[in-house]
Amino acid sequence: MHNLYDNSIAGAAMIKLEKRPQPSQFWSLAAPIVAVMLTMIFGAALFAALGKPPIEALGKIFWEPLFGEFNFFYLPQLLIKGAPLVAIALGLSLGFKAGVWNIGAEGQYIIGALCGAGVALALYPMEARWLIFPAMLIAGAFGGFAWAMIPGLLRVKFGTNEILVSLMLVYVAEQLLASMALGLMKNPDGFGFPGSRNLSQYSSASSWIDQSNGMHWGVVIALIGVIFAYTLFAKHILGFQIKLAGQAPRAAAFSGVSPARLVLFCLGTSGALAGLAGLTEVAGPAGLVSIDFNVGYGFTAIIVAFLGRLHPVGILFAGALMALTYIGGDVAQSSLGLPGAAIQVFQGMLLFFLLGVDVLTNYRVSMKQGSVA
Amino acid sequence: MTEPLMKLRGLTKAYPGVIANSDVSFNISKGEVHALLGENGAGKSTLVKTIYGLVKPDSGTMTLDGIPFNPAEPRAARTAGITMVFQHFSLFEALDVAENVALGMENPPPMRDLAQRITDVSKTYGLPLDPTRIVGDLSAGERQRVEIIRCLLQDPKILIMDEPTSVLTPQEVEVLFETLRKLKAEGTAILYISHKLEEIRALCDQATVLRLGKVVGSCTPSETSAREMAELMVGGTLHVPNREAGVVGKTLMQIKGLSAQSPADFGTSLKNVTLDIRAGDVIGIGGVAGNGQDELLGALSGEIKVGHGQISFLGQDIGHLPPDARRALGICAAPEERMGHAAAPDMSLTENAALTARKLKGLTKNGFIDWGKTRTFAKEVIERFDVRTPGPGSAARSLSGGNLQKFVIGREILQNPQILIVNQPTWGVDASAAAVIRQALLDLAANGAGVIVISQDLDEIMEISDLFAALNVGRLSKPRPAKGLTIDEIGLMLGGAHDMEVSHVD
Ligand SMILES: Nc1ncnc2c1ncn2[C@@H]1O[C@H](COP(=O)(O)OP(=O)(O)OP(=O)(O)O)[C@@H](O)[C@H]1O
Ligand SMILES: [Mg+2]
Repeated sequence: MHNLYDNSIAGAAMIKLEKRPQPSQFWSLAAPIVAVMLTMIFGAALFAALGKPPIEALGKIFWEPLFGEFNFFYLPQLLIKGAPLVAIALGLSLGFKAGVWNIGAEGQYIIGALCGAGVALALYPMEARWLIFPAMLIAGAFGGFAWAMIPGLLRVKFGTNEILVSLMLVYVAEQLLASMALGLMKNPDGFGFPGSRNLSQYSSASSWIDQSNGMHWGVVIALIGVIFAYTLFAKHILGFQIKLAGQAPRAAAFSGVSPARLVLFCLGTSGALAGLAGLTEVAGPAGLVSIDFNVGYGFTAIIVAFLGRLHPVGILFAGALMALTYIGGDVAQSSLGLPGAAIQVFQGMLLFFLLGVDVLTNYRVSMKQGSVA
Repeated sequence: MTEPLMKLRGLTKAYPGVIANSDVSFNISKGEVHALLGENGAGKSTLVKTIYGLVKPDSGTMTLDGIPFNPAEPRAARTAGITMVFQHFSLFEALDVAENVALGMENPPPMRDLAQRITDVSKTYGLPLDPTRIVGDLSAGERQRVEIIRCLLQDPKILIMDEPTSVLTPQEVEVLFETLRKLKAEGTAILYISHKLEEIRALCDQATVLRLGKVVGSCTPSETSAREMAELMVGGTLHVPNREAGVVGKTLMQIKGLSAQSPADFGTSLKNVTLDIRAGDVIGIGGVAGNGQDELLGALSGEIKVGHGQISFLGQDIGHLPPDARRALGICAAPEERMGHAAAPDMSLTENAALTARKLKGLTKNGFIDWGKTRTFAKEVIERFDVRTPGPGSAARSLSGGNLQKFVIGREILQNPQILIVNQPTWGVDASAAAVIRQALLDLAANGAGVIVISQDLDEIMEISDLFAALNVGRLSKPRPAKGLTIDEIGLMLGGAHDMEVSHVD
């Protein structure tokens, strides 16, 4: 159903939204910036209401980690937190553009980590890094891929909803993680403590490149991913088909896009990227398979994908920004005593304002003289 | 002379790169059927949308009954007594007639009263319609009646109709005209847009002609010939397609016992369709919309997969091939619905060129799109088919209906396919552009392609086809040479089962 009389949404009595004939170039770039500013303003108000100095709190969140006295400590953290967010969000953005909603990246991230870690633990203490690390990468990517294929195949074969299935599989993955950490993968030399052997200290399996600077293979994968995704959408027919399928499914079918193949491609790729992110995390920054290994990157990446306008370069910036609010949030929490929930509200505001301002990309606000008959 | 019902003065509306209406002034009187004529993109739809409150003019004034009138939104226009029937129906297929009518009204009465009123209005105006039927089961003409009745229930002073007859059968058109004449006799003014000049001559009292957004003349249609009107619109002479005696060559495509389930909920399945397409053939397929046209196009384009041996091309079985693989073989198609099916509304014309032309035009290499080449191709389509638009970067949805149609058809023709299947190729296209499209189809056939033209416009089919076949509830009649077929014979082929009486008993 389309065009039921009006292309416009009547807002309050005087303000009206008119659909733009073409999406506004200006607003699609300006929207995230305006959203960040609005978040700062309302965030400051929130902090003030909590009785904390607002400007100082913003300073702790946005300034301190980048330029403060201890930035040598925080900057590597930015890479560590940003890399999985960017890698996962890139994968999700493919599907989101095509109308394929993978909400379960968190689960694919866990399974990728388990598969990759499984390879390393099985081969421990072999010394052949040239064999072990690549095998881990493959296993990690495959684990995430396979976990994402479950909702993919179910949707293609039986028309199930991939949102529900992928989300529920997160909980299954979490159970699996717990059982692995406490059972099969438990460190035999660990004096009964839960958790696997430390992979980041197992030189054949570690994903660190330069630990003191926060550089690990996950960062490399995220950056390569950005370049890949950018080329895909700017130049490749597959990127074009993804966009087409999201915007006009019938035209996509007419053009020759197979919806089933597209669903599997989008889910598979995002699963593989999430799996890689999980693997590089477990073999690096996290170090070992433990019960609380996953910290929600898979969910936060959804925000990152939208904040970055589903555009690869946008996602790079959005991932960095999100990582910054995490780290800065910690700083504010410890130095000003801001409650952790306030930081989460702050991050939530970011998405809220982005979606709000986003309306301006496709609609124009016009003031009516109010002479409605 | 009495004071006109509505006065338009100096209406101007500019879009980026085009002036859709420029200083448009004219009057509409009570009880007058007023035609709005003009080429594609002349600004007709924009003008009526202004009157209906969908478009806000940059300058200019309107008065209704002598009172200044500037509706902020359609609701305001409806309250003031102006209603509009769009060419694209806005109906919910799964709901029944009364429910659909209620959904479009400001203050719908209770359902039982409404059903009664629908029946009353439909009797008064000779528009047979049962309020309890599900819209999905209705023909295009009946769906339009739902929209019209919705308008009539609001006692309109002015009824606007934007290309209302392009989806109707000749019989349905007659019924519609009877209704409109009744309305006119009661004093309702009707603003009528159509590219079918003979209809305008039969129905309208006055005509205002637009060219490039400006009023370039007016005439009394009953005293002006269709050709004169067309030339007034174009500002030049009209080209009539001519057919060179083509040589019919070898069989290109064979359709044998084609049966396919319709993917749509209310669609018509194809039953045992058989047809040979030879090089040089133009085959016209007539019939009332909803008798399997969409399905036939889908089965041939590859959107609907069919069983083994049902469609073959140069001896190769292709029923299982997807659309792009068929295009690679030289089989192109243009579906009826241009927005969202033949073209992606939010994408640029360049991107829309890549949508179908990438194989035959070699627009991709190893899967990488050559955007420069694609843009050049889009430009070529725009120039060859006189698509009125600022350029290939414009979004498809910013084009006027007819101009997008020209682009979509041009995109397929310029790929030089071996087989081209088109559904309603000149739907909403003005007379001169329609002539260009028909000529291009004929040229394609003259160069050895096989062309299938699915159309409800019998005049169009008779003008260009060598063979005529009728599609009826998913079955295709045996094709017969078009030359020499009489109207009666055609009527028999169309099954005769599709006039009004039968279609609403069911
Ligand atoms: N929303 C829009 N944005 C940009 N340009 C537009 C828009 N709507 C219409 N136009 C342009 O305004 C001009 C007039 O369009 P309009 O739809 O009024 O033409 P029309 O006379 O109804 O043509 P047709 O017979 O093809 O339906 C065209 O050049 C069209 O491209
Ligand atoms: Mg129009």
